[in-house]
Amino acid sequence: MIMENTKSNRKPYWFFSRYPIDGLVEFFKRKAVPIHRHTIWYYLGGTTLFLFAIQAVTGILLLLYYRPTEEAAFASVQFIMTKVRFGWLIRSVHSWSANLMVLSCFIHMFSTFLLKAYRSPREFSWITGSLLLFITLAFGFSGYLLPWNEISYFGTRVATESIASIPVIGHYLLVFFRGGEDVSGATLTRFFGFHVAVLPLLLTMLLIVHLLMVQVQGMSVPPSVESQPGPRPKTSPFFPNFILKDALGWLITLGLLAMLAALYPWELGVKADPFAPAPAGIKPEWYFLFLFQTLKYIPATIFSLSGEMIAVMTFSVVGILWALVPFIDRRANRGLKSPVFTIIGIGAIAYIVIMTIVACMASKQ
Amino acid sequence: MQEIPRRKFLNIMLGGVLGTVASAVLYSIVKFILPPEIPQAVLSNVVAGKVGDLQPNSGKIFKFGNKPGILIMTPSGTYKAFSAICTHLDCTVQYRSDFQHIWCACHNGRFDLNGKNIAGPPPSPLEEYNVAVVKEEIIVSKKA
Repeated sequence: MIMENTKSNRKPYWFFSRYPIDGLVEFFKRKAVPIHRHTIWYYLGGTTLFLFAIQAVTGILLLLYYRPTEEAAFASVQFIMTKVRFGWLIRSVHSWSANLMVLSCFIHMFSTFLLKAYRSPREFSWITGSLLLFITLAFGFSGYLLPWNEISYFGTRVATESIASIPVIGHYLLVFFRGGEDVSGATLTRFFGFHVAVLPLLLTMLLIVHLLMVQVQGMSVPPSVESQPGPRPKTSPFFPNFILKDALGWLITLGLLAMLAALYPWELGVKADPFAPAPAGIKPEWYFLFLFQTLKYIPATIFSLSGEMIAVMTFSVVGILWALVPFIDRRANRGLKSPVFTIIGIGAIAYIVIMTIVACMASKQ
Repeated sequence: MQEIPRRKFLNIMLGGVLGTVASAVLYSIVKFILPPEIPQAVLSNVVAGKVGDLQPNSGKIFKFGNKPGILIMTPSGTYKAFSAICTHLDCTVQYRSDFQHIWCACHNGRFDLNGKNIAGPPPSPLEEYNVAVVKEEIIVSKKA
């Protein structure tokens, strides 16, 4: 390789003479991360990204053996788990890592919310982040059906049927998701397409935008730290200090993932039978449990309207308002404390946690 | 007649062409995504089982075309049949001999032996079918 033999320019001459990205290199050299008592929450985004990378690798490996048809799906996952060398581990890591990714996403979102990092000028980082969480949940929902077992089959029937209660477009959405009137092999094929093509494409594109925004604007310093008298908080270089600490977090996450996958291998359950009664204890993945539990408390009709429809519409409106919070919380935009939104955030966490615990306890009875 | 500036004319034409192409592409994609309706053979009746399959206070699921139905022998020994699709959220119901009524495991919905929703979130009764015993076979048919 041809190298400039001067002390001032030791980088690979051949590459940099063709692609002048010195500005980018300089940017990362100068990039700094604020250090204060809430810095630990900055690592959650990186952890989520790491878990997504694991999802992509293990997902590609599973694709080598998985067959997305009503007849073959369950048997192919069984084959992966019992015959393919390390198949049980790859599938278990994929399932556990999906769950940890959702958990990490939720913690990332709530920490961002409570630290008011959504405030101006980071409105679009928050909105892209909200969309990323939505896509992550869609990944979980579509992946849940793929093993074609009893629980996932009925879980999908319930979830897609509740979509049908949306006025005007509900039935079209149901047919769109199911690939017909019923949950069948057509649904499995569709969910597979969403899971391995549509959602990865959307997530990757949004992730690039989200990361670019974070890189350009830098980390948000919470108003509680910003408003303190005295000098601005200290900073630490992004490279190598922050990246190395991030890598340590990834290593801990990998250790936790390996432990969970090895000690608690993900179960496959019983093959779905559309003509069997729904089994007792049917429930969705834990991250949808609070919605599932709420549906149980909604009466069949409220003011002669379907309770189901009111619940679905309410959750949709709350979700949209949540994504638009940077435009609603005006005090935070002016750099002021906004305790009402802090209470709303804590209330949302308490609601999700309590409803999830109640649903878990109810399913064990 | 007022002349349209050349640039404005081209912009309108270009916008029109792009709009038309986009509509044609989107229309065909949306139509492709929504699956075609496949006509199902309309079944008027099916054999749900044989006499002796069920004991009093028990039930079983049978296929009514591509939908599940539920056949019940009540504690008093009469046959009843309903659609097995819960009117709440599409789960398949089952007969619970301990409750002596129909139960949906998904959200704890309950229906009595006439199919009427009596507890939980189901908003309406189960569709009831006619039952007839013909030569040791239990024939279930849709009500007129």
